[in-house]
Amino acid sequence: MNKQDQDVLVVKNLKTHFFTEDKVTKAVDGVDFKVKRGETLGIVGESGCGKSMTSLSIMRLVPSPPGKIVDGEILFKGENLLDKSEEEMRKVRGNEISMIFQEPMTSLNPVYTVGEQIAEAIRIHQNAGKKEAWNKAVDMLKLVGMPSPEKRAKQEPHELSGGMRQRVMIAIALACNPELLIADEPTTALDVTIQAQILDLLKKLQNELGTAIVMITHDLGVVAETCDKVAVMYAGKVVEYTDVDSLFENPKHPYTEGLLNSIPKLDEDVEELQAIRGSVPSPSDLPKGCLFAPRCPYARELCHQSLPDLTEMDGEIKVRCWMHTEEWKREDTPITNDKDQTDSDKGVTLYAAGNS
Amino acid sequence: MQLETVKKVKKPLLQVNDLKQYFPIKGGLFGRTVNHVKAVDGVSFDIYEGETVSIVGESGCGKSTTGRAILRLEEPTDGKVTFQDKDLLGLSKRKMRNMRKDLQVIFQDPYASLNPRQTVGRILEEALEILNVVPKKERPQRVKELLEQVGLQAEFADRFPHEFSGGQRQRIGIARALAVEPKLIICDEAVSALDVSVQAQILNLLKKLQRQYNLTYLFISHDLGVVRHISDRVIVMYLGRVVEIADKKSLFENPQHPYTKALLSAIPEASRKRKKERMILKGDVPSPIDPPTGCRFHTRCPLATEQCKVKTPEVRQVGPEHFVACDVI
Repeated sequence: MNKQDQDVLVVKNLKTHFFTEDKVTKAVDGVDFKVKRGETLGIVGESGCGKSMTSLSIMRLVPSPPGKIVDGEILFKGENLLDKSEEEMRKVRGNEISMIFQEPMTSLNPVYTVGEQIAEAIRIHQNAGKKEAWNKAVDMLKLVGMPSPEKRAKQEPHELSGGMRQRVMIAIALACNPELLIADEPTTALDVTIQAQILDLLKKLQNELGTAIVMITHDLGVVAETCDKVAVMYAGKVVEYTDVDSLFENPKHPYTEGLLNSIPKLDEDVEELQAIRGSVPSPSDLPKGCLFAPRCPYARELCHQSLPDLTEMDGEIKVRCWMHTEEWKREDTPITNDKDQTDSDKGVTLYAAGNS
Repeated sequence: MQLETVKKVKKPLLQVNDLKQYFPIKGGLFGRTVNHVKAVDGVSFDIYEGETVSIVGESGCGKSTTGRAILRLEEPTDGKVTFQDKDLLGLSKRKMRNMRKDLQVIFQDPYASLNPRQTVGRILEEALEILNVVPKKERPQRVKELLEQVGLQAEFADRFPHEFSGGQRQRIGIARALAVEPKLIICDEAVSALDVSVQAQILNLLKKLQRQYNLTYLFISHDLGVVRHISDRVIVMYLGRVVEIADKKSLFENPQHPYTKALLSAIPEASRKRKKERMILKGDVPSPIDPPTGCRFHTRCPLATEQCKVKTPEVRQVGPEHFVACDVI
């Protein structure tokens, strides 16, 4: 088997923009990554970085208008999903690529039993009979660790707890044995003890079924726990693509470093956290040059002038930062962001949202 | 109970004794009270001046309700809350309003707690006006000082809440709490809605202000990493009851209660340093309407015995600053 076959999903230079009356919002603006069979890729970033829009783009579920995928390729098993008709896409969704969302209650139909909702996916995609689909649905509930599955299958979503609803969502998503599962903040709404159950379940099912997972999350703890590869996003772009060990041991991009420093650790005490100064720029009003430059402690003149490319470093690690380029060695302008200003209290006032 | 055992030279700023908060469930033909949600069911703890005490637990454990009951935002069913030797629950509404000068609160969603039609300056002035802490003439000046103290520019006083980012709004919420120079601030999930990089800024600000004004915090959170960073002592709650109280170090390094252990081991940690052994709890948190008898954790506890199903465990001392409600360990 050659290497190309193992890549379930390859995303190249994906751009999803939103067109409103007077401006263009570049929600996703140059995203590249790939996911192999049986592998979990984490997409991390803070609110508004475009991580959820990336996943909706893969599913071709971007609300249009105003959203539009303007550029790039989404190769699923070698075929570009962007070339498919709506009809063909419907056969892919829920069958070959499935998705689970943060809040299971909003994605489950409140007036059907959960068993029927799982069976529906099986009937549509696998031409199964009613009885057969129902039995498969009960089997799926058993697989996701639902206690007394026969009884639960006949219940409606409101009769289940949050953790159990998320198990139902996973059962629906995996009912047709998809090759790719996109999980958009699957445990964010759950308590930690329930989150541990669900993450454990996803890992177990992945081992059994060999599903590739794209895990979208803001929680670096979840990344450490579940992912093999990680794409860090900032303001619509991938700034670092790396394996999970390098991410935590040797982060390359200053934003990744800043994120890791911001998290209070469970096993060490510090008087002050090293916060990233300022806040995320508004996607409709992005800085020229590197998007992170205004908040970056290492930024020099070059960083404010032009945007670095996502360049390959050693192995499969890619980074979008001038610091890791040849140009940087020739750069001798002073650091533009005063070190003292990294003090959280001064930095934040520089960016007020909205106009004034 | 722990009052006798920790005979401290310091005097507690706030004492909570056997606090109970039951919410009636109305039902049936005549809308009678058919049952109660026992959100908080016999919670006791002390907070000393200048320290940060956190309450942690999962949704529905009663941590926020405890905070609200102390402030009498909802009238507690039973118990005693003493703040600087004054019995808060015995005060009239008017006197309680004056007490709020000393007891302030910061909520999770700063946008929902700021009036969208008022400028930031007006919001802060109103706080000063209601409790009349600063004469009218000096108020605009005080507003400017407050904004600068929380790391915002004084000119922002003329702007409206929607013009600010989430982190900046939370700074405004903090400025408003600070306006009346309180002694105790209850932070109810104050950083939970923020992105990590901004969360770190706000945590640093809270610590700075604590040093500056000798503030006391009751910090309510579900995030154990944040709790470890900010607290001196930690209270762990489960289904309306306290299961463990300890100083930060003992709690994180030597947790005693099986629930605390499970909670700590469930947190996914953002590092690859050590892969700890996972202790995954079975099942969900039971409903607080009909909580389990005996120890409330026995339905999910890996160590539960027959005894746990019938006998409610007493809070007992296991270390100098360490109390636990479990009969098995």
